[in-house]
Amino acid sequence: MNKAEILIIDDEAPIRKLLEITLESNDYKVWLAETGKEGILLAVNHPPELILLDIGLPDKSGHEILKELRTWYAKAIIILSVQSSEEDIVKALDNGATDYLTKPFRTAELMARIRSVIRRNQLQNDNSILTCDDLLIDFGARVVKRNKLLLKLTSTEFNLLALFMKNEGRVLTHQYILKEIWGVGYQTETQYLRVFVATLRKKIEINPNQPIHIITESGIGYRFN
Amino acid sequence: MPKQCFISIVMVLLVSTFCFFTSKYIDYRITALILLMTVSLVAMAFEIFPVLLTAILSGLILNFFFIQPLFTFHITNTEDILLFFMYFIIALVNTVLTFKIREAENKARDKDEKEKTIKLYNTLLNSLSHELRTPIATIIGAIDTLKENKIKLSEKNQNDLLEEIDKASIRLNRQVENLLNMSRLETGMLKLNQDWCDINELLFTVIQKIMPLKNNHIIRFNPDEKLPIFKLDSGLIEEIVQNLVTNAIQYTPKNSIITIKVAFEFNNCVLSVSDNGNGFPENEIQFAFDKFFRLPNTKTGGSGLGLSIVKGFVEAHNGTIKLENNSNSGACFTITIPTETSYLNNLKNE
Repeated sequence: MNKAEILIIDDEAPIRKLLEITLESNDYKVWLAETGKEGILLAVNHPPELILLDIGLPDKSGHEILKELRTWYAKAIIILSVQSSEEDIVKALDNGATDYLTKPFRTAELMARIRSVIRRNQLQNDNSILTCDDLLIDFGARVVKRNKLLLKLTSTEFNLLALFMKNEGRVLTHQYILKEIWGVGYQTETQYLRVFVATLRKKIEINPNQPIHIITESGIGYRFN
Repeated sequence: MPKQCFISIVMVLLVSTFCFFTSKYIDYRITALILLMTVSLVAMAFEIFPVLLTAILSGLILNFFFIQPLFTFHITNTEDILLFFMYFIIALVNTVLTFKIREAENKARDKDEKEKTIKLYNTLLNSLSHELRTPIATIIGAIDTLKENKIKLSEKNQNDLLEEIDKASIRLNRQVENLLNMSRLETGMLKLNQDWCDINELLFTVIQKIMPLKNNHIIRFNPDEKLPIFKLDSGLIEEIVQNLVTNAIQYTPKNSIITIKVAFEFNNCVLSVSDNGNGFPENEIQFAFDKFFRLPNTKTGGSGLGLSIVKGFVEAHNGTIKLENNSNSGACFTITIPTETSYLNNLKNE
């Protein structure tokens, strides 16, 4: 029984109904809001573990609601959108969305994303050691081990992997990664990122051409699994 | 264009007649300037062809009636030859400049129109992707949930999901149909396929089709058994009514009453769909039938195609459509279609 509370903000009645039934049958407690205003009110009164937010709302754009929520709400927000334009998604992620799904989506995919963000909510982020499958990262000692064998990483590669592992399961936009690793002013230098991701993949992936850890989100960024 | 040519010729004739009778007081060089001014005035307002006509005609008149020797096209004085050629060149420059200005204007207009088309196209794409993907998302999601959680779902939830699939499919079908309708209207491929139809039966069929969409709305229709049968394109009439009723369902609150009426008045089939919702903002009524028009601040959903298709189909029947607000509350669409009629009683005698 997880009973985590999830708030759904979507103006389409059929989608609300669908999400309500699907989530409740997976033992989540669901709150429903039809408009942005209603959603924010509900979020204030019952801060949920996760908010599923539709970008195309009638009263306010989802982007505005996202910004408003992010002034005080620190837990996960997953964007639901029919506008599959990459620009829109990148904008939402940069405004603080945790993840996104474009409609139509498969239920299994939705549930996997929800589980992943909720698990991360509950995770203490100040752990000095994180593991993921065969990978282990020790932030204090600045070492990475794969199958208990020490990996030789350059400083930038280490920082990149650390950023990915701290944000496991989450999409990071190109701009965000570039800003975090290389600093302000490098946001458009995506070729840096491509090169470093390629070398990092060679060191941590079993088959660098079919990566299972660093997944490309085409046109948007990367997701670490 | 012929009108512009006519006006230009009349202007040149009037001006030259005036100059001719006052030639005792006005030197012919001044006359040349006056005629040149006429050409310039014409060039300001008209297209290239009338301007060219004005330039040539006034040049010939100047030569024939004003330059010595009079009433010949022959010029003897060198100064006069120079005057005449200069007159001609300036008049032609006027024409060329007119042409260039008009061309620039046309280009600007073309560009504006192109931008408008692109904007319309983008609006269509945006609303379409929303209108098509939302029901698809509902269908895919509901089927996934039904398949994966079958044991856990209560019977009520299972039925709810099936109902959502049903609604979404109808909505999807409506959108696809409207897209096809739009292209039929746009390409002018619409041919009326008129045949005798029992309007009461047609309306009942439509109501039956729409039933699953209503959100506790009450749809009222009291058939008038005395109505004649009409000669109409029943397919198009069905589309018209479906669009009007789904529109009413979508934009009125739950539990609203939608009333369908049909009557026979002065050889017209008069059909009305009214509701008791919030009505239409008075200052937006004139735009209601424009393609892609959506009321500002309405909820999402709807592509802005429905009402423009309704209007197109009504007009294909040579009919008219009117939207007004009811005196108490809600909006009312009234369609008046001229039609042939026949009474079933007449047929029985055959």
